[in-house]
Amino acid sequence: MNVNTYVVAKTNDEAYQRLKENRKNKILGGGAWLKISVKDVGQLISLEALNLDYIREKDTHIEIGAMTTLRDIEMSPLVSELDSGILSEAISNIMGVAIRNLATIGGSVMGKFAFSDILPVLLVMDVKLNFHHGGDVDVETFLSNRSYQNDLLISLKINKHKRPGFFHNIARTHLDFSMINLAIIKGENMFLSVGSRPGLAKICHQTMLFLDKQNSIDDAVIESAASILLSEAELGHNLRASKDYRETLLKTYFKRGMKKVVL
Amino acid sequence: MKITLTVNDKDKVYDIEPGEFLLDVLRRNGFVSVRRGCDNTSCGVCTVLFDGKPVPSCSLLAVKANGHHITTVEGIQDEADKLARYFGDEGADQCGFCNPSMALTVYALKQEKPDADDDFIKRYLVGNLCRCTGYVAQHKAIQKYLGDDS
Repeated sequence: MNVNTYVVAKTNDEAYQRLKENRKNKILGGGAWLKISVKDVGQLISLEALNLDYIREKDTHIEIGAMTTLRDIEMSPLVSELDSGILSEAISNIMGVAIRNLATIGGSVMGKFAFSDILPVLLVMDVKLNFHHGGDVDVETFLSNRSYQNDLLISLKINKHKRPGFFHNIARTHLDFSMINLAIIKGENMFLSVGSRPGLAKICHQTMLFLDKQNSIDDAVIESAASILLSEAELGHNLRASKDYRETLLKTYFKRGMKKVVL
Repeated sequence: MKITLTVNDKDKVYDIEPGEFLLDVLRRNGFVSVRRGCDNTSCGVCTVLFDGKPVPSCSLLAVKANGHHITTVEGIQDEADKLARYFGDEGADQCGFCNPSMALTVYALKQEKPDADDDFIKRYLVGNLCRCTGYVAQHKAIQKYLGDDS
């Protein structure tokens, strides 16, 4: 990897302005996926002086600084209490402890990695991403809007809920990326997302709407919802799994997840 | 550019390129116990301790380590020797290529959770591959090492 210069930003605004200066300028998160995502960098902008490594409890939400490592989030009792602990669970399955000591939540979000086990979970939890310029943005808007790539992520604000939740990912080995993953939360409404499709994680509105309209949820309803989900999830083929195999896995684990959160 | 690293409690100024990874800097400066394996965070043989926590040095930019403490297996020699004896007793050792990284990870595990149960040990070591053994002998050796307070 070629890096022209390395700069340590002294303020959030300095980091933001440097990022905007040139498309080749990049923010340095944990750096865990630098090798697979970047070849040539103009200015590599370090956030180490900005004190963005924290997990703080507020009245209504938990705030996690963008430079907090995945391992610190995984081990946080504050995070494990949110929505059945599905964020802690999803992170704990990501490769080994060493990589989770390096990777940050900010880098994991801003990378918009299609293989992410974190994005599907953030999509169903009650999360706002706090940007230096763009302010608070929900995860679905962030994923569908390229303009935030040139903004500086400061923190994640996760509202405190203790709703029944489910997360599951399937990978060929512990050290491989997922071939499919899904997250479900049942609050006043249902929330459902699918990732590693192999495309970017998406929230499945049609399936959620169908489930919300039901007076009660039984096996027949779940079967019907699974059909809607398979057409909505837009699964595909890559070297990790075929479309057919992904469909089989998604249907199976959707049913198991629904039974866990509803029945 | 120049950075200061504290490697095994010794401060030194290192000349690096901004895009260079810690693994390359350490090996170039003689710390060859830090192995190069997959070079993409998957195998764990390049593990070092970064301020006491295991990290893959192949993916840690050297510049990010500026001002921090790095520990290689030479920095925990007594503990590594002790673990090596248990590895020998259990037949958990063959080519030895993964031993330095395994020793560092197990040492960090002991610091973090000395009373770790089987599941914690297995999950902690997921990122450290060994192509010679079947992990069972290593697991037994690590259990005995964790129980040794001498």
